[in-house]
Amino acid sequence: MNTMTTTTTIGGTASAVPVLEATGVTMRFGGLVAVRSVDLTVGAGEIVGLIGPNGAGKTTFFNCLTGLYVPTEGRVSYRGGVLPPKPHLVTRAGVARTFQNIRLFPNMTVLENVLVGRHTRTKEGLWSALVRGPGFKRAEATSHERAMELLEFIGLAHKADHLSRNLPYGEQRKLEIARALASDPGLLLLDEPTAGMNPQETRAAEELIFAIRDQGIAILVIEHDMRFIFNLCDRVACLVQGEKLVEGTPEAVQGDERVVAAYLGTPFEGAPGAEEVAEVEAAEAHSATGTGGTTSPEGEAQ
Amino acid sequence: MIRMTTDLSKDTKDTSAAPAADRSSRTTALLRLIAAGGLATVVSTFLAWTYTSEFPGDLTVYGYPAGLQVLTLVAGALVALYALAALGLKGLRGLAPAGAAKALRLLALGAFGTVWYTVLAIAVQLGGLVNLEPGGFVAAAASAVPLAAFLLPDDTRQAPRARELPSWAEILIIVAVFGIGMYAITYGIDTEDPELFIGYLITAGFAVGGLIRAGAIARLSALTAKHRQVTVVAAFAAAAAFPFTQNTDTYTLIAVNILIFATVALGLNIVVGLAGLLDLGYVAFLGVGAYTAALVSGSTASAFDVRFPFWASVLTGAVVSLIFGVVIGAPTLRLRGDYLAIVTLGFGEIFRIAMGNLDGVSGPRVTNGPNGIPNIPDLEFFGYDFGESHTVLGIELGSYANYYLLMLLAMVLVVVVFSRAGSSRIGRAWVAIREDETAATAMGINGFRVKLIAFALGATLAGLAGTVQAHVQHTVVPEMYQFAGPVPPNSAFLLAAVILGGMGTVSGPLLGATLLYMIPAKLQFLQDYQLLGFGIALILLMRFRPEGLIANRRAQLEYHESDQSDAPDKGLSGSGVGVGVTKAGA
Repeated sequence: MNTMTTTTTIGGTASAVPVLEATGVTMRFGGLVAVRSVDLTVGAGEIVGLIGPNGAGKTTFFNCLTGLYVPTEGRVSYRGGVLPPKPHLVTRAGVARTFQNIRLFPNMTVLENVLVGRHTRTKEGLWSALVRGPGFKRAEATSHERAMELLEFIGLAHKADHLSRNLPYGEQRKLEIARALASDPGLLLLDEPTAGMNPQETRAAEELIFAIRDQGIAILVIEHDMRFIFNLCDRVACLVQGEKLVEGTPEAVQGDERVVAAYLGTPFEGAPGAEEVAEVEAAEAHSATGTGGTTSPEGEAQ
Repeated sequence: MIRMTTDLSKDTKDTSAAPAADRSSRTTALLRLIAAGGLATVVSTFLAWTYTSEFPGDLTVYGYPAGLQVLTLVAGALVALYALAALGLKGLRGLAPAGAAKALRLLALGAFGTVWYTVLAIAVQLGGLVNLEPGGFVAAAASAVPLAAFLLPDDTRQAPRARELPSWAEILIIVAVFGIGMYAITYGIDTEDPELFIGYLITAGFAVGGLIRAGAIARLSALTAKHRQVTVVAAFAAAAAFPFTQNTDTYTLIAVNILIFATVALGLNIVVGLAGLLDLGYVAFLGVGAYTAALVSGSTASAFDVRFPFWASVLTGAVVSLIFGVVIGAPTLRLRGDYLAIVTLGFGEIFRIAMGNLDGVSGPRVTNGPNGIPNIPDLEFFGYDFGESHTVLGIELGSYANYYLLMLLAMVLVVVVFSRAGSSRIGRAWVAIREDETAATAMGINGFRVKLIAFALGATLAGLAGTVQAHVQHTVVPEMYQFAGPVPPNSAFLLAAVILGGMGTVSGPLLGATLLYMIPAKLQFLQDYQLLGFGIALILLMRFRPEGLIANRRAQLEYHESDQSDAPDKGLSGSGVGVGVTKAGA
C-alpha cells in the first residue's frame, strides 16, 4: 500500500503530476444538481475509491469524467491537458472505463471485443482494409497479439472464440476490463467492478486490479463493497448527495462519523433502549402474522 | 461375489440387447422399404403419367423422364441414396455425417410433395383423375412409401470428424458441388412453366433441407472454408459459365436482373447487416447511379450532350452516389433506430418524386420527368460493343450475356469489399456500434464518422450497380425506384432479400435476392397476390428462422441458444437488426 497518502486533507495529491484532476465539477439536470462542485485528483500509480450511497451521483460524476456528459461547470484534465467532452476523444486521450451494468458487445467474440478496444491505438481505415497492404496486415497482427496478451492476463485466452454473451457473469466483468485495457489507458475508471460477484470472485478481482496498478495504470473505482474498497484503495472519497463529504485514507474514511451517518442515518438521541427494541420486535411479529403465511408480498403485488 | 456380479451384468446386458436388436432389425426393414420406395419412384418417372401433352412438360412418354418427372427422379434418387447410406452402405456414409433419419423425413416429403403436386396439378388442370396414366398412380403410390421415414428412430448425432481426404479429392468435391449447384440454379432459371417451377421449388427446398439436416452442408462448408481460394474461383467460374449454357437472351436477362438485385442487396447488407442502420430508402442510391449514367450516356433524351466512356460513367455514378450518401447521411446519422428508418424512407420517396418533377414544367428540365430517359445506348468497352452478340469459344453470346459478365464482375467487387471491410478494424467498429453504441464510443470509436463511412460505402456500391442497370434496361424512369412495388429491386424487396437470406453474410442476400426475383418472375399468375404471399413468407420466416435462411455462426448462436440463463439481457437483440458480421467470404 502506498503510505504517502495518509493525510486527510481534502484534495491532497500523492505525486507531483496528477493523472486526473477534476476541479469544481458540477452537473445539473434542469433544476436537479446531481454533482456539486466536486474536486478529485488521482496520482500516478494510485488506486482511488469513490463511495457513496445510492443516488449520490457517483456514476454521473464518472460520466462527466469520460465525456458522456458535459459538466455544467468545472474542469477535468488528464495529465495536464483538459479532456474534450466527447467519449471517444477521452478514450483516445488515455482514460478508459467499464460500465456499472456490463456493456460488452454481446454478439461479438471475446477476442473481437478486446480488438474493438484497440480501436484508438490503430488507425487503419476503410481503404487499407480494402487494399490489405503490408501495413494493414502488420497492424492486425499486432492488435491480435496484444489482445491475446490481455486475454492471457485476465485468464480468458482459452475462450477467445466464444461469444461474449455466453460467458458467465464474472468473466464478462473481467472481459470488460480487458477491453478497456486494450486502449492502453493511463487511467482506468471502474464502475462497480464487483457488483454481483461472490467473495472468491471479488478477491480475484482485487488481485486483478492490483496487477493492473502494477503496470503503472492509475485506477479510480466506484464500489459498494466496503471491505473490497478499503482493502484496495490508497485513498477513498465519499460522495453524498452530489457533494464530496470526505476524502482520505481508507481508515480515516471508515472512521468518519459523517460517512457512517450518510450510509446508516443518524442515530436517535441516545442509544435505543430495551423498550424500543421490544416495541419494534412486537410490531414485526404482528405484521408477519397480519400478512398471513400463504400470501407472499410478491403474490399480492401480482 | 465376483461371479454373481458378472452374472448380473450379463443378465442385464442380455435383456437390454434383445429390444435393441429388435429395434435395429425393425429400423433395417424400414430403411430397406424406404430405399425400395425411392427406387420405385425413380422407376416410375420412366413411365407415362398422362395421356395428353397438354400438361406442360409432356409427361406422356415411356422410356425417359421429362419435365416434372426429372425433378421426381432427383427426389426419389436422393431418398434411395440416403436410405442406403443409413443402411451403412460403403462409400455413402459420408453423405449423412449427422444422422440420416431426419434428413430422410425431409427428402421423403420432398419426393412425395413433388409427385403428388404433379399428379394433382394434372388432375386439376386437365379435369379429373382420368387423365392420369397408370404411371402416374404408380408414382403416387411409390412416393408415399418413403414417408415411412417418420417411423424411424431419431439418429441425430454429433457429426464425427471428417476423414482426411487428399486435397485434390477435396478440391474435386468442391468443384463438383459447384457444378451441380450451378446446374440446379440454371435449371430453375430456365424453367418455362409455372407448374415446373413450383415443382422445382418443392424438390429443391426439401432436398436442401434434408442435406442440411444430414450434416452434409456443414461438412461441405468446412471443406470450402479450408480451400477458400478454390471455392471462390469455382463459384466465380460456375457463375460465369451460365451464359454459355443459354441459347436465347430471355433467361440471361433474368439472370442479369438477379445479379443487379443481389449486388445492391449485398451493398445494403453493409449498411443494415454490419452497421445496423435501418435504411428504407436504399434503392434511391441505385437510382442516383442509374440517372447519372443515363445523363452522361449520350442518350438523345439526356439534358447533357456528353458521352462518357464506360469507366468514366461508372466512376461518375459511384461518386455522385457517394456525395448523395454523405449529404443524406451527415444530418440523419445522428438519429438512432426508428428515426433513421423514417428519414431514409422519406429520402427514398423524395428522390423518386424529384426525378419526376425535374421535367421542365415543375422544375428545371433535367430528367424528363415521369417519361424518364430512354434510348440509353449500349456500353462500349475498347471497341467491344455490349449490344451485339459475340462468339466466344464457338458459343454465341447474346448482348445480355455481356452485361451478365460485367455485372458478375461488379458483384465480385462488392463481395470483396464486403468481406474485407467486414473483417477489419472498421468492420469491427460497425458491429460494435450496432451492438451497443454507448459502449462503442466509450471504446474510442467515433460513432458518427464510422456510421457515415458505412452509409457512404453502401451508397457508392449501389450507385455502381445503378450505372450498369441503366445500360441494361436502356431506359430509366422514376417509377423504377419505389419503396415497394411488384418488381424488384425496390427498397422493401432489397431489405427483405437481406433479412430473408441472412443479415451479415455474403451468401444470404445473394440467395434472398435470387428467390425474391425468381419467384415473381416465374409465377406470373401470382401477380395480384405477390405482396400478400411475400408478407406471409416474411412472418413465417421471422417465426421459425429469425436469423434468415443462411445464418452466420453468431446469429445462429444468438437466436437458438436459450440455455444461457445468465446471459445478458436479451432485449439488446430485440431490435431485429442484431446479428453478426460475417467472417467467411462465401
